[in-house]
Amino acid sequence: MTTDYAASRETTEGRVFTVTGGDWDSVVNEAGSEERIVVNMGPQHPSTHGVLRLVLELEGETVIEARTVIGYLHTGIEKNLEFRNWTQGTTFVTRMDYLAPIFNEAGYCMAVEKLLGIEDQITDRANTIRVLMMELNRISSHLVWLATTGMELGALSMMIYGFREREYVLDIFEMVTGLRMNMAYVRPGGLAQDLPDEAVVKIRELLGWMPDRIDMYEDLLSGNTIWRERTQGVAVLDVTGCLALGITGPVLRSAGLGWDLRKQQPYCGYETYDFEVPTESTGDAWGRYKVRLNEMRQSLRIVEQALDRLEPGPIMIADKKISWPAQLAVGGDGLGNSLEHVAKIMGQSMEALIHHFKLVTEGFRVPAGQVYVPIEAPRGELGVHAVSDGGTRPFRVHYREPSFVNLQAIPAMAEGGLLADVIVGGASLDPVMGGCDR
Amino acid sequence: MTEVEPVGAAAQTPPSGAAGRGMFGVQGTGDTSGFGGLRRRRAVELDSPRPFGGEFDEVVDALEEAYPGFDDAIERIVVDRGELTLHILPERIAEVCQAMRDDPALRFELCSSVSGVDYLGSDGRRLHAVYHLTSMTFRRRIRLECAVTAEDPHLPSVTQIYPTADWQERETYDMFGIVFDGHPNLTRILMPDDWEGFPQRKDYPLGGVPVEYKGAEIPPPDQRRSYQ
Repeated sequence: MTTDYAASRETTEGRVFTVTGGDWDSVVNEAGSEERIVVNMGPQHPSTHGVLRLVLELEGETVIEARTVIGYLHTGIEKNLEFRNWTQGTTFVTRMDYLAPIFNEAGYCMAVEKLLGIEDQITDRANTIRVLMMELNRISSHLVWLATTGMELGALSMMIYGFREREYVLDIFEMVTGLRMNMAYVRPGGLAQDLPDEAVVKIRELLGWMPDRIDMYEDLLSGNTIWRERTQGVAVLDVTGCLALGITGPVLRSAGLGWDLRKQQPYCGYETYDFEVPTESTGDAWGRYKVRLNEMRQSLRIVEQALDRLEPGPIMIADKKISWPAQLAVGGDGLGNSLEHVAKIMGQSMEALIHHFKLVTEGFRVPAGQVYVPIEAPRGELGVHAVSDGGTRPFRVHYREPSFVNLQAIPAMAEGGLLADVIVGGASLDPVMGGCDR
Repeated sequence: MTEVEPVGAAAQTPPSGAAGRGMFGVQGTGDTSGFGGLRRRRAVELDSPRPFGGEFDEVVDALEEAYPGFDDAIERIVVDRGELTLHILPERIAEVCQAMRDDPALRFELCSSVSGVDYLGSDGRRLHAVYHLTSMTFRRRIRLECAVTAEDPHLPSVTQIYPTADWQERETYDMFGIVFDGHPNLTRILMPDDWEGFPQRKDYPLGGVPVEYKGAEIPPPDQRRSYQ
């Protein structure tokens, strides 16, 4: 019977079993006297948040050695960027970490703006909307984390609730940008289009009921014995370990160091918002869960303040040699040039047409040099290293992706622990493989 | 293809590519709009003189004090766009990082990023390894840069000092072929193990297949005609 579930074959490395289901005991019986088993988990596994592969050496249920294999989602985005102009880059980078697209765009655009030397010319309204969108995105990203981690630990209702609320945030994104994900909304110099008034109403609605929902998640999970048992004291990593491994974001804050770039090295005017940086001192999966819940609450505070200070005004810099010439509007077939703009350039102004054509096809030139712009993404420090050779295309753009760096912590968290805790440890890092592999 | 002419001092800035030479490869007066002539010109910083301004002087002074081989190891100091870059001799990078991390006046506890840039066409030392260090104590950032040749792309690994550099050095090796001596496991990380070539190098093609659209054939992105 056992061979039905676990067919085995002899290799130079020893016997290899392919487990397809059934009872684990039957595999162990089949493996016989072998004390150490090497288990290959992934790359397709529901608990690995995408295509992550773990090679685990087990002794009984204890993990002796854990190795992480990545690269299954590598799409060469950084290479592709070098063949498009600076503005088109936004469309590529937004696809890296697909749960936090606004952060990818904002980091990239701030890097381009720093290269151009126009950071000071970004309008207040553009900065406020960037902050607003980033914090909404942080909430939606943390909701996915809560949902998937809940699912992995057996709290299936949390999965349903988390995705339900995230869907509402994505509806806001669709209303503002025309797309739910991968919006390419933040552009060098400002934003693709203005925030519609309906969106403000919808965001206010979210602000109305979201705090209660977060309390509800906490009620649902925090008192739950299984949830506590599976997260408390599991996958511990202290501040020293975090810094050595380069771990930033909620994982570092759960260990007790309140390092948040929004406070420590503010950008986009974060220094003018009133919010706190939640920390815990446990350094375990439980602490990361608490930190993320509290971060959602703080993000709501920031969103509220951003809405309050939203004044009418331009959302693109005044410099017409950089600002995108189109006035975009959402039509029946999606986001595109507004009909008024098309009528103007096609019928009235030859110069506007030439200008539009040149800027869109050729793009603007960016003075030579290099910059590094770090921002606080939901998973930690997202750093954009952009190099220009003075041309219309990036010479090199490198993303310091928090998912990529944080995943290095898996062996430190998993080795010596139980197999079941590998899932908790990996989930508590919140890796997104699209960002990790780029 | 037009030949690439190096500008500025060697291996310091990207070579000025074919950018700004007219559009679609047209030379001379092809551009009648005047748009292509509008460039934001900006002097390229090649070697900044003292004072660097504010905290940068403190950082450089502290390193000079903490690291005895400062004069030999530092090739050049550049302050540009509010960022400090130290160009370091490749064989000294690990020693400099050690001083950067351990000296109480420097305290760059976190190695934020390690990556590479290929300045093909600048000079022989075209491959640059770029390190971004963060001091959480002083809330400072600094960039260290080492240039090596493609023929002998070796420099010491900093994984002993910053364990987080492990995967980032692997990625830099994977993409640029820069070899970090002393790395515990320098293998490919994003590309398949048996991949040949180093994809992020400038002489490595983007690749891609032509796409047929409504009867016309669209060449792959790196072979399309484009503004140069």
